[in-house]
Amino acid sequence: MVTLRILPYSEIEHLSSLGRIRKILTIAKENKIVLMQGRLRKEEEAELIKTTMEEIDKYFKGIELAVIYPKDQKESGVFSNLKYNIINTLLGDRQGLTIVGPASIVKQIKKDPKKIELLTQEKSKSSKRKKR
Amino acid sequence: MIGKIKNIFNKFLAKFIKKKDMKIGLYGPPNGGKTTLANRICKDWIGEDMGTVSNMAHETREIQIKEQIKIKSKGKELTFNLIDTPGIATKIDYEEFLKAGMKEADAKKRAKEATKGVIDSIKWLDDVDIVIVVLDATLDPYSQVNITIIGNLQARKIPVLIVGNKIDLKKAKIKKIEAAFPQYDVVGISAKYGKKIDKFYEKLFEVS
Repeated sequence: MVTLRILPYSEIEHLSSLGRIRKILTIAKENKIVLMQGRLRKEEEAELIKTTMEEIDKYFKGIELAVIYPKDQKESGVFSNLKYNIINTLLGDRQGLTIVGPASIVKQIKKDPKKIELLTQEKSKSSKRKKR
Repeated sequence: MIGKIKNIFNKFLAKFIKKKDMKIGLYGPPNGGKTTLANRICKDWIGEDMGTVSNMAHETREIQIKEQIKIKSKGKELTFNLIDTPGIATKIDYEEFLKAGMKEADAKKRAKEATKGVIDSIKWLDDVDIVIVVLDATLDPYSQVNITIIGNLQARKIPVLIVGNKIDLKKAKIKKIEAAFPQYDVVGISAKYGKKIDKFYEKLFEVS
């Protein structure tokens, strides 16, 4: 069974960078997949990877991370840039979606403009055999 | 008294004005070919290798530095310190090394060193002047690690040159990397065989 934990922006907006990272990692280490409203700043993403590495042990193998951001790369021009800047100023880090899953459960996260695919880890052959 | 203050002020200024050596960092996910490219640069200009390479991920687990590399292209000269960094990853599982044939103790040691390597790579982002991001051109460039590395360099306003490595392989798709990061210079090379390496040096001069 895979458990998804929804993390609304209201739960993280008052937290410091370190607080956000700790919150995400604590949930991931409970073998839950985090669906966080909004996104981490780029520096926070790097800090999340750094902190993850510090915590890797026998049981925790790391994370799979994906940030879905609404800005359409194909859109360009003065008006679309202006629209993007206004939305960004109003909403800030609230835009987008961050997905963090423990590596023991999530093998890969594939992003597509219209869909997100979470590929989960397959059970080992030995455990399948045991079930038979 | 005024003379003393002037002296202290001059020493303070000199610390900042003193020309430091330019540091060029090689960054990217594991197995992209960072050390192969570092070896290529070192062989071309100082006649020696920089580090060992292998097909197994996380071969480079410590920051490697080669100082005072002087390269020339079209009458121009560039001197820099080359920093080869361990590949950045979000997960490291010693069992992957076991599957590759390592003994358990060695696999665990390698995993521990690899996690420290990732931490060091991220810390070094604050100390590099230019970054060459080395990507495996046969793989999907839209991975979150690639986006995080390039996003961090952008946030720190560090000049970036993206290298699509392994163009000697049929599956290599440079156009896909160009489409993923349209705001950056992308150069396709084969660090292993030296293919298009002159173009890489030209681009390096452009970003530096």
